Amino acid sequence: MGTILEMRNITKVFPGVKALDNVNFKVEAGEIHALVGENGAGKSTLMNVLSGIYPHGTYSGEIIYEGNVCTFRDIRDSEKVGIVIIHQELALQPYLSIGENMFLGNERQKHGFINWSRTHLEARELLKRVRLNESSQTLVKDISVGKQQLVEIAKALAKKVKLLILDEPTAALNEDDSNNLLDLILELKKDGITCILISHKLNEVMKVADTITILRDGAAIETLKVGVDAIDEDRVIKGMVGRTMVNRFPKREPKIGEVAFEVRDWNVYHPVITDRKIIKDVNIKVRRGEIVGISGLMGAGRTEFAMSIFGKAYGSRISGQIIKDGKPVEFNTVREAIDNGVSYLTEDRKSAGLILIDDIRHNITLPSLKKISKKGFIDHNKEVMVAEEYRSKLDIKSSSILQKAGNLSGGNQQKVVLSKWIFSRPDILILDEPTRGIDVGAKYEIYTIINQLADEGKSIIFISSELPEILGICDRIYVMNDGRIVGELTREEASSESIMKCIMQSNREVV
Amino acid sequence: MENIGKTIKNNIRQYAMLIALVVIMIFFQIGTGGILLYPMNVTNLVLQNSYVLILAIGMTLCILTGGNIDLSVGSVVAFIGAVSGTLMINMKMPMFPALLITLGIGLLIGLWQGFWIAYIRIPAFIVTLAGMLLFRGLTNTILQGLTLAPYPPEYQAISGGFIPDFLNFFGASFNVTTIVLGIVLSVLYVIMAIRKRKERDKYNFENTPTLFFIAQVIIIVAGIMLLSYWLAAYKGIPIIFVIIGTLVVIYTVFTQKTVPGRYIYAMGGNEKAAQLSGINTNKVLFFTYVNMSVLAAVAGISFSSRINSASPVAGQSFELDAIAACFIGGASAYGGVGTVIGAIIGALVMGVLNNGMSIMGVGIDLQMTIKGLVLLIAVAFDVISKRKSRG
Repeated sequence: MGTILEMRNITKVFPGVKALDNVNFKVEAGEIHALVGENGAGKSTLMNVLSGIYPHGTYSGEIIYEGNVCTFRDIRDSEKVGIVIIHQELALQPYLSIGENMFLGNERQKHGFINWSRTHLEARELLKRVRLNESSQTLVKDISVGKQQLVEIAKALAKKVKLLILDEPTAALNEDDSNNLLDLILELKKDGITCILISHKLNEVMKVADTITILRDGAAIETLKVGVDAIDEDRVIKGMVGRTMVNRFPKREPKIGEVAFEVRDWNVYHPVITDRKIIKDVNIKVRRGEIVGISGLMGAGRTEFAMSIFGKAYGSRISGQIIKDGKPVEFNTVREAIDNGVSYLTEDRKSAGLILIDDIRHNITLPSLKKISKKGFIDHNKEVMVAEEYRSKLDIKSSSILQKAGNLSGGNQQKVVLSKWIFSRPDILILDEPTRGIDVGAKYEIYTIINQLADEGKSIIFISSELPEILGICDRIYVMNDGRIVGELTREEASSESIMKCIMQSNREVV
Repeated sequence: MENIGKTIKNNIRQYAMLIALVVIMIFFQIGTGGILLYPMNVTNLVLQNSYVLILAIGMTLCILTGGNIDLSVGSVVAFIGAVSGTLMINMKMPMFPALLITLGIGLLIGLWQGFWIAYIRIPAFIVTLAGMLLFRGLTNTILQGLTLAPYPPEYQAISGGFIPDFLNFFGASFNVTTIVLGIVLSVLYVIMAIRKRKERDKYNFENTPTLFFIAQVIIIVAGIMLLSYWLAAYKGIPIIFVIIGTLVVIYTVFTQKTVPGRYIYAMGGNEKAAQLSGINTNKVLFFTYVNMSVLAAVAGISFSSRINSASPVAGQSFELDAIAACFIGGASAYGGVGTVIGAIIGALVMGVLNNGMSIMGVGIDLQMTIKGLVLLIAVAFDVISKRKSRG
């Protein structure tokens, strides 16, 4: 096997920022090469240079692919030679079928007329290869994100891919789908397809990668060979953050008080299909100063449960009882929930947490305008002070509080959302995937903030799909599966195995 | 020096449309041989465009909620004219009850359309397209295809009358009240500007450089005084001018300073995030469309008063003028961005173009072509400059 790709001395400058600084990056044919680094380290930029999204001439340095110097002008040029990139945000058209999506821009056609039987015939073959058991006629909007990811890979195969670039492919997938995807990548490797894998999830990287290149601040720090170098997660993290992370989770001495919030016999039906039960007889309790995790696979109903508590923002025919500080309460609207000290940080900060076109200041104060206004008139000076306070307290890296939320990095966006909900002064704070898609350093900062909130006596409900973080920061963990609570584990009892065991057992019971 | 350059650069986009308006005015001032800024013509310009100015205020709020527009306002203007004409000309009803009834009907129209848009969630485009046909049809039904005229003089005064010159004790040849009001407004502005600046100092917020601040105050005071001079040299302050001025102040304060105003921006910026922040976006949308129809009723009164008749063809394509004014004034077609002042400037740009080209004898065909291009260029300028600033 030789070298399939070599990127030499790549430098890419954006106005005011050097995104890549003299990066050298070499990929051997037939290997799985992981590219890791914090957000903003330059991973995506490097891949965009490679795939021609940043055309030749907008960067300096050379790309040598299969022995030839390449000057890609756009993504079509790179696809022509077999380089295909699959972005974190999937680029499928929801209202087209799987088959149509797979051959989009690469149609099976003659003189401009599409040959549909050939399209679907080839689609079926490729779907078999990625082990996706769906008809090629199914609309993409009707299949799960995990399956959509497989469609993307099939689409790449249709383009005769030789070098496949996957940008955070498992960010939105649950454990099962992730494993499935990783197995598929290993299988493609056997067929001789080279793969560059960008990922934040080090356990996955460790599982499949042959080589790991670490980027930091736009520079390639080191390249490690599995089996040659001594590699473990700590070593990689050290390379990524430039310092030794003794602990990925900040230490905390929990000071747990009496029960502050309780949900009893909670049942929720689907908002549209009103005879489908989504949440089934859920009972949970949270104490003052306690961080309670809700673990479970994607689709277990955690987000639906949280939103249905939060002023019935999800679901229909909701029944059950909420007890706060010993008194039964009822929230019919989001406003009532917030006013009664319950806040919910959404799973998806971009589409539901932030107003991206507005500035940091307005985003932070939005749910709590009452606190900074008199008789409906907003006190702009007070608003600025509040925003400044949170910007410095949570260390939101930005030019000023007037910076648009959309121009911030993922970690800083999440800090804005956190500020927003902390300023609403909740007693109960529900956090739904608060660290999704943000880098190790920012995660640590966010854990620290969460710990502080708990120490102040707030009750935290922490929903996450990442087992290590649930295990790392929660005092007690509920396991949810198929809309039910299927286990409750103390910090001592909890482990990846015990959580998975709860899920597996409940699956067996249902069958 | 670098600092001042930066301040100017930061503020220039904000004032881009205002600068464009001034440039267009200078162009026509020269092109018309000085007629454009004749005191009489300045007064006329405001009177001619009063209905667009009123509609543009309401349309701004609609667009802010998420790029929604209201296509029915032209027909509502005609319908309101028909109602007020029937009440006052045919039934000889006195003006004040008639005004209350017409405004009440505007409110009802708003409740009707707002219900379908906000609570049934039929796209605003469709509901108001239906309203455009519906109210045009009802106008024709009421008027039986005829034009009603003339209105009693007190009704005509809404658009044609002027504030009496009650301060002119010594028989001056110009309108003294107007000048005095101009001075009062200027002083008020200066006091407010200084107070705001001091407050910012108190909170240790960054202020614009003093020189820049003084220049800004001088330009605005000069603007106010120039306008009052123009008005004073003709017949003084038109009543409709006071109405529009009041509306502009109320809605600017509403959108910039109040909680519900902020909710409108939040809804347009990201409706889901707004909902999950405790905002009842249905209510926001409902209010916006009720408000639009009430303002359309005000525009209907002002327009019928100005043409002194209730006509079945009144108000045609007014909705398009108002929408164009908002977009020229910097509103985003996706919602969440835009200001009332911007829309007013946009409406004035269109107004000056209309007026200037008419004086220069440009044919109506060419006028339309030019206005179309101006709309496109203004929005393109906005889109491109935003893309650049993002880098």
